[in-house]
Amino acid sequence: MKILVPVKRVIDYNVKVRVKGDGSGVDLANVKMSMNPFDEIAVEQAIRMKEAGDAEEVVVVSIGVKQSQETLRTALAMGADRAILITAADDVHTDIEPLAVAKLLKAVVDEEQPGMVLCGKQAIDNDMNATGQMLAALLGWSQATFASEIKVDGDHALVKREVDGGMQSIKVKMPAVVSVDLRLNEPRYASLPNIMKAKKKPLDEKTADDYGVDVSPRLEIVKTSEPPERKAGIIVESVDQLVDKLKNEAGVI
Amino acid sequence: MTVLLLGEVDNGTLNMDATAKAVAACKPLGDIHVLCCGAEAADAGKEAATIDGVAKVLVAEDAIYGHRLAEPTAALMVSLAGDYDHVVAPATTDAKNILPRVAALLDVMVITDVSGVVDADTFERPIYAGNAIQTVKSKDAKKVVSIRTSSFDAAGTGNSAEVSDVATGDAPGLSEWVEDHVAESDRPDLTSAGIVVSGGRGVGSEEDFAMIEKLADKLGAAVGASRAAVDSGYAPNDWQVGQTGKVVAPDLYVAVGISGAIQHLAGMKDSKIIVAINKDEEAPIFQVADYGLVADLFEAVPELESKL
Repeated sequence: MKILVPVKRVIDYNVKVRVKGDGSGVDLANVKMSMNPFDEIAVEQAIRMKEAGDAEEVVVVSIGVKQSQETLRTALAMGADRAILITAADDVHTDIEPLAVAKLLKAVVDEEQPGMVLCGKQAIDNDMNATGQMLAALLGWSQATFASEIKVDGDHALVKREVDGGMQSIKVKMPAVVSVDLRLNEPRYASLPNIMKAKKKPLDEKTADDYGVDVSPRLEIVKTSEPPERKAGIIVESVDQLVDKLKNEAGVI
Repeated sequence: MTVLLLGEVDNGTLNMDATAKAVAACKPLGDIHVLCCGAEAADAGKEAATIDGVAKVLVAEDAIYGHRLAEPTAALMVSLAGDYDHVVAPATTDAKNILPRVAALLDVMVITDVSGVVDADTFERPIYAGNAIQTVKSKDAKKVVSIRTSSFDAAGTGNSAEVSDVATGDAPGLSEWVEDHVAESDRPDLTSAGIVVSGGRGVGSEEDFAMIEKLADKLGAAVGASRAAVDSGYAPNDWQVGQTGKVVAPDLYVAVGISGAIQHLAGMKDSKIIVAINKDEEAPIFQVADYGLVADLFEAVPELESKL
C-alpha cells in the first residue's frame, strides 16, 4: 500500500504571532516557518506503518508557495520516500483554502492511487480543520477524523477517534482518509545523515495549473484584527482572601 | 432566507446547550429549521421544537444515522440543502467531522468555528490559535458554517415548533461504528459547565491530577487540562481546553499550574471570572486572571478545597 501525506508549511509553533497594523493579515515576512505540527504526526505515522510492513511507500505532498519545498525536505529527512510540490501561490501571505487544496489532492490521488491519505486534523494557521474531510467527500471515500490509534486490517482500518466525551472506535473501508490528532504518536527528529540523504530523494515540482484546478478563494478576507484584550486583575495574598473575593466580590461560588 | 441547523443529538438525546447556542447565533440569518438525526431522534426533535427561534424541526430516524458517522449524515444534509441558504451546526467534534464533508459535496468553502455573525455572508472566526480574529465574506451561494458555541448565549425555550419527518437515505457502506469509550462521570459537561477547574504541566503527574479533580468535585465543576498536561499523559485528551481542544466560557475558570500558553488562553479567555494559581509570578496566565494567587499549588489547592 502507498500512503499519501499532505503537509503544510506554517508559522512555527513557537513564534509569537503579530497581526499587521493595516488589518490585512498576520505578518509572515522573515518569520520562522515549519511543518504544521499535526502534519508531522501524520508523516511519523505513515513512516511507522511502513516500518511495520503495513505500507510500501510514503509520498508527501505540499501545496502553497515554492518555499514549501523545505517542509517536504523535512518530511523526506524523517523517512518519507518521495515528494510532490504543487506551487499555487507566489506570496507567503496567500493561504490556499481547504476546498482548493482538497481538489488538488484529489488530482494527486487520482494519479498516485494511494491506499490511504493520512493528514493532520487542522493547520495551526487558519485552524480550519477541513481539508481531510473535504478530500474524502470529493473522492467518495470513507473518513476517520481525529485519530489517536490506527490499525490496518486487510481492506479495512480500525481507527480510534478523539471525540467530545471520550473516544470512539470506527471501522472504515479502504481506501480512506484519516486525519490525525495530538496523541497518536511523538514525531521523530531527523538525524543529520538522514537530512543529507533527503536532499537526494526525488521531489517533483508541479503547479496548480498542471492539474487544472482553480485555487481562487471563495472567502474574501475583510480584515484581520487583534483579539479583544482581557485586563489583568489583582494578585491575592492568600487562599482566604481568594475565597472571600470569589464569594463576596465576584459572587461565583 | 432559511437556515438548516444540525441539532447535536447523542444517543437519542438532544444536547440542548450546544444546539440552543447555535440557534441563537443563527437568529440574524432567517428562519431556522433544526435537523435531528440518529438511530433514535424523535425525542430529541420534540425537545429541539421548544427552543425559541426554531421555525421547524426535521426528524430523520434511521439506524444508519446512529453514532453520527460522517458519510451518511453528510449525504442526508446534502439531500436537504437545496432549500436552504445556510447549513449550520454547533462546532462539536461531530460537526467538525461532518460539515466540511457537506461543504465539499456542495462545492462551497466551509467556515468553521465562527465566533461572530456580521451579516448573512460575513462571519468572524479566530485563527492562529486565537491570536487573531479574521472577518471573512463568503462568495459562495450557500454558506456552510460551524458555530463556536462558547461565543453565544443559549436561546431560551418555551416554543412549540412544528415537527415533521424527512426521508432518509441509503447507507453508503463506507464506515461502521465499533464502540464508544466514554468515561462515566457525574461531573458536568466541560463545554457547558458553570465552573471549570483545569490543571497544567505544573500538576506534575497523573496521580497528583486527582487533587484537581477533588477541587472540581467540591465546586461541582467540570475538569479541564492544558495541552501540556494532556501531552504529558496527566489527563485524557477530551479534557483538553484550548484551540486544539475544547473552547469553554464558564462563570468561573480556575487554572492550576497552567502557565497560560496562547493556545490554552484561546480556549478559556472568554470565561467570566478567571482564577490562576501558579508559583511562577511571571506566568502569562496572570495577565488574564481576575484573581491571581502566587503559591505552590500542592499547598494552595488542598487549602482552597478545605475552605470552600
